[in-house]
Amino acid sequence: MEIIHLLFLAFAALAVVAAFNVILQRNPIYSAIGLIVVLCSLAALFLTLNAQFIAAIQIIVYAGAIMVLFVFVIMLLNVREEEARTDRQKYLKLLAVPLFVALLAEVVVVIRYVNATPPAIPNPNTVSDPATSLGTVESLARGMFTDYVLPFEATSVLILMAIVGAMYLARRESPAEVERIEQALAADSAAETGADGSPHA
Amino acid sequence: MSSVLNSIDIQYVLGSLIKIALFWVFIMITVAYMVYAERRVLAVMQNRLGPNRVGWQGLLQPFADLIKFIFKEDIIPLSVNKVLYIVAPVVVLVPAMMVLIVYPFGPRSAPLPGGEMLSNMLNNLGNSLGYDWALDLRHVNLFVTNFNVGLLYIFALTSLGVYGIVIAGWASNSKYSLLGGLRSSAQMISYELALSLSVVAILIPAGTLDLVKIVEGQGGTWFGFIPKWNVLALFPAGIIAFIVYLISAIAETNRVPFDLPEAETELVAGFHTEYSALKFALFFMAEYVNMTTVSVLAAAVFLGGWQGPLVGSYPWLGFVWFIAKVFFFLFLYIWLRGTLPRFRYDQLMNFGWKILLPAALVNIVLAAVLGVIFL
Repeated sequence: MEIIHLLFLAFAALAVVAAFNVILQRNPIYSAIGLIVVLCSLAALFLTLNAQFIAAIQIIVYAGAIMVLFVFVIMLLNVREEEARTDRQKYLKLLAVPLFVALLAEVVVVIRYVNATPPAIPNPNTVSDPATSLGTVESLARGMFTDYVLPFEATSVLILMAIVGAMYLARRESPAEVERIEQALAADSAAETGADGSPHA
Repeated sequence: MSSVLNSIDIQYVLGSLIKIALFWVFIMITVAYMVYAERRVLAVMQNRLGPNRVGWQGLLQPFADLIKFIFKEDIIPLSVNKVLYIVAPVVVLVPAMMVLIVYPFGPRSAPLPGGEMLSNMLNNLGNSLGYDWALDLRHVNLFVTNFNVGLLYIFALTSLGVYGIVIAGWASNSKYSLLGGLRSSAQMISYELALSLSVVAILIPAGTLDLVKIVEGQGGTWFGFIPKWNVLALFPAGIIAFIVYLISAIAETNRVPFDLPEAETELVAGFHTEYSALKFALFFMAEYVNMTTVSVLAAAVFLGGWQGPLVGSYPWLGFVWFIAKVFFFLFLYIWLRGTLPRFRYDQLMNFGWKILLPAALVNIVLAAVLGVIFL
């Protein structure tokens, strides 16, 4: 038992508690903050596993970029409580049980049958060539651009497609289209005001 | 439990803690006097006197301000979300302070005056208590730690600070705070990209993400008189990266001319409108600590950190060079504040996304091409 194991357990416990917080909170802003805590404790877990680069990237990409967007949207829309229409998907609750059992079985199988002793980790401070020690930028880059170059490139093409798709969906229409939509919206709000008898908030 | 204790390297842990405490005090004093210097220098630039009453030339003003902040009534408005309102200043300040463990204040193993006596004394004390500490304090590293992703560690933690601002704006339940918080976070996210990408170009000549090694790699001179600083490396890629970095660093820390989140004519005080007393002081401190952080990065990554004349023979001189370079950037902040008007919001966003970001991206390609040719 070393201090690093204690740290691992502490951050693992924190991650689990925060993960429960994500799904049990009714206010979406608390859920989002719980998710940020989960991501940060995962980064700390990576640190205890000697994967410093992954830890830093985990925080920069997930906590620093993606979750900021989440929090942003929640605050801009000012979603206060969980909305009622999620009840429409009640069958998902029934699906949750078998999926959870499957996940649990998977974890058990991995723990039971996969070789549990990891290879000895060379310390980056004592190894002369950083490319041979685990967790450094050098070794990661070597793996990414030699052994795993095809999956890496495929992923980047996938992400590029996602970006192009988002641009296509969000692109500005032609001036005529914009005018048509604005007119439709104006007619819509005029009709609503008339039906309610009060201006639409 | 004893095995846990045995796995701890006493010299490393205790030494790090002591160094963290010392550097923390140093940064705090820097921040306090940065505020004082800002007020005095701005006053000179605007033909005024500035605070000169508390102590000689007003030198005790920061402590007077601190005492005032502590003793002011801490008002929590009724309509705020209490938990998040209290947590927000902490979320801003803690990541800002956490980065100081990778600041490269000075070279490795500088001789500690009286270190031999001190280590003998402590070892004797340990022996009499029944421990064999085997402390060796004859040389100390003038930084807390170095690890192979030090630069990314700084970027990761500074990117967390934005949550404190967003949460403060939202939890205050006030339109000025919310607008200020949204503006601030939009600005920080936009300029963070240009900031990180400008440093990527420098990684090509530096070849490492470890801040201490980046500084060590900048020793020596070209042609005997030009210092081997990264700002001059792979000319002109280094200098372009430096300019992009400097502009986005000022925007990243929400300072003039990019202080839109605190544009008092439009937003009262931005995200911290509803904060008072010590909570406001925490935001204030975090802003100045962040300014110190980007100045430290500018000095370490671009201007050779503690490298300078005579550092080889007097390692402690490196500390002085480093501090001088950091203070130059801190002075630049004040100088700009006394000189430039504020940007408009659309100008700010256009400038960040359409000029700085493409410039940083093209500069990486340029640096890579020059790197292949010359390195």
